[in-house]
Amino acid sequence: MILAIQTNHLSRIYKIRGGKKNSPKELVALQDVSMEVHPGELFGLLGPNGAGKTTLIKILTTLLAPTSGTALVCGYDVVKEAHKIRPIINMVSGGESSGYGLLTVRENLWMFAQFYGLSSKEANRRIAQLLEVVGLSDRINTKSSDLSTGLRQKMNIVRGFLTDPQVLFLDEPTLGLDVGASRDVRRFIRQWLDDHPERTILLTTHYMAEAEELCDRVAIINQGRVLACDTPASLKHHLQREAIYHLEVSQVENHYSEHLKAIQGIRKFLLRPRDGYAVLELILDQDETLAAVVNALTQNKVRIINLQKREPTLEDVFVDLVGKSMEDIERGNNGANPSES
Amino acid sequence: MATTVPILPKASAWKLFFKTVFARAYPRVVGQQREKSWMFFDIFLPILSIAAYVYVYRAIGAPEEYIGFVVMGGAMTAFWLNVLWSMSSQLYWEKEQGNLALYIMSPSSMMAILLGMALGGMLATLLRASVILFIGGWLFQVRFVVVDFWLLILVFFLTMTALYGLGMMSASLFLLLSREAWHLANLAQEPIYLISGFYFPVKNLGFWIALGASLIPLTMGLDAMRQLIFPSATQFGFLDVRIEVIGLAVLCIIFLLGARLLLNYMEKLAIQEGRLTESRR
Repeated sequence: MILAIQTNHLSRIYKIRGGKKNSPKELVALQDVSMEVHPGELFGLLGPNGAGKTTLIKILTTLLAPTSGTALVCGYDVVKEAHKIRPIINMVSGGESSGYGLLTVRENLWMFAQFYGLSSKEANRRIAQLLEVVGLSDRINTKSSDLSTGLRQKMNIVRGFLTDPQVLFLDEPTLGLDVGASRDVRRFIRQWLDDHPERTILLTTHYMAEAEELCDRVAIINQGRVLACDTPASLKHHLQREAIYHLEVSQVENHYSEHLKAIQGIRKFLLRPRDGYAVLELILDQDETLAAVVNALTQNKVRIINLQKREPTLEDVFVDLVGKSMEDIERGNNGANPSES
Repeated sequence: MATTVPILPKASAWKLFFKTVFARAYPRVVGQQREKSWMFFDIFLPILSIAAYVYVYRAIGAPEEYIGFVVMGGAMTAFWLNVLWSMSSQLYWEKEQGNLALYIMSPSSMMAILLGMALGGMLATLLRASVILFIGGWLFQVRFVVVDFWLLILVFFLTMTALYGLGMMSASLFLLLSREAWHLANLAQEPIYLISGFYFPVKNLGFWIALGASLIPLTMGLDAMRQLIFPSATQFGFLDVRIEVIGLAVLCIIFLLGARLLLNYMEKLAIQEGRLTESRR
């Protein structure tokens, strides 16, 4: 069987131009990425901004050449056989503003369909059908400049599916959408793949819940490296031996962090200040360690407002692998990868 | 999976090419007409410029042919502005909007996309130029007497092909130069009005300057069209119309080939360096 996507030791290094006197700096966006995606899979790339997700998608969609390694889409090499890949793929990015504001939704979609050789009749049939499915049929003759962000993104989603691609790349498709619109988009993506089981979707996201809800398998990526790749259930299963606790505590100052670090049996902990309180996420080797944690908090005059033991999530998997939450990385990320949003 | 993927046969590749040209021309031909402000900016303002020149020429007692030259030149400025601002800078805007990546990623050729932009721009501008010509001719009582209709059509066709070929070529250049191109476009606008003789016969500038200015296809095109529309204008003509036809044909070849080469270079650079399709940096 030919794989939908296959990468072997794929790397991409950007050369960032410095000033006139400075020689260009090198920035490693992808490093030795090897992975396989099977036909029919909805495969997720999960990682913070700057992790290398968009770079990988650009390489797979023939928009960017790798620095080293190989990448195949439907068995075709992205560098040498780009012309064979392009008719059978499509891509939708979150927050994109493609198309022309003066054209209506139908006209914009028709135009992009023509670039793939669809007949006008077939294009219009598919446009009407897909707009109906995403709940945009009443806006078919609305100028796209008059659409809200959510509706515009639905139009972009339809553009991606319109050409019935063998492999579809969705780069943060729900970025910037409200809860309702995100849910609609996710439902549509899942439904489409269920209706077309031979098609493949590669989806990048930094929303854990989205990856968990949609993806058959997930690769966790950070700083250009794939750290783990498995089904969401299997990834979480590795953590099920550990005890995961969610605490809400009264003290916002983190002077007690040092005490927590000193406790044996704490695998990872994250302390996040909230409005008037703090959230403490703990991954412990065993439940018994909790007593030492509670003791340390009490000694530091920290009041426990809420304490819950919970099932592991992909967020916990990420923290376990990277040592930081995605939120913390993004907050401290100063644009490490130039190709990421 | 790969063995079942149909590769476009030759005939389909051509079909795809023409579909792409038509589809990319559509936003310009249809979409641009929806912005009604074009009537003010693209018709009323150029007519004001024309009127200024006409009154100056009449005040100083310039030959009557000059009135017709000004009206024709005023109409042709629409094409120059379209090439400069809508054609040359278009790939840059496509990049900013996120369309460029989708174009490169699609199975159609970038040459078809650019050709569609050019054709759409040309057709949309033809409407504007025709209205300026009609209103200007009516307002200032210009008498058009076409000497050789088919030769006029040929000259117009060659002028447009060479001019939009230049636009297609500079679209890639502008994309490579990015924001600096903006200043170049600003710099090019007014001087070209002068050295291409939009409002007077280019012959007045002297042979060598007129020859240099002939690198802009509108210089020779406008000169030849004036000679073919105003029979008494041959005395003001820069070169014989037949020589200008040959010159325009050569420019067509140079600019279209240049456009293709630069486009290939731009696409290669985009894929190697990854910066040309990135609008967020």
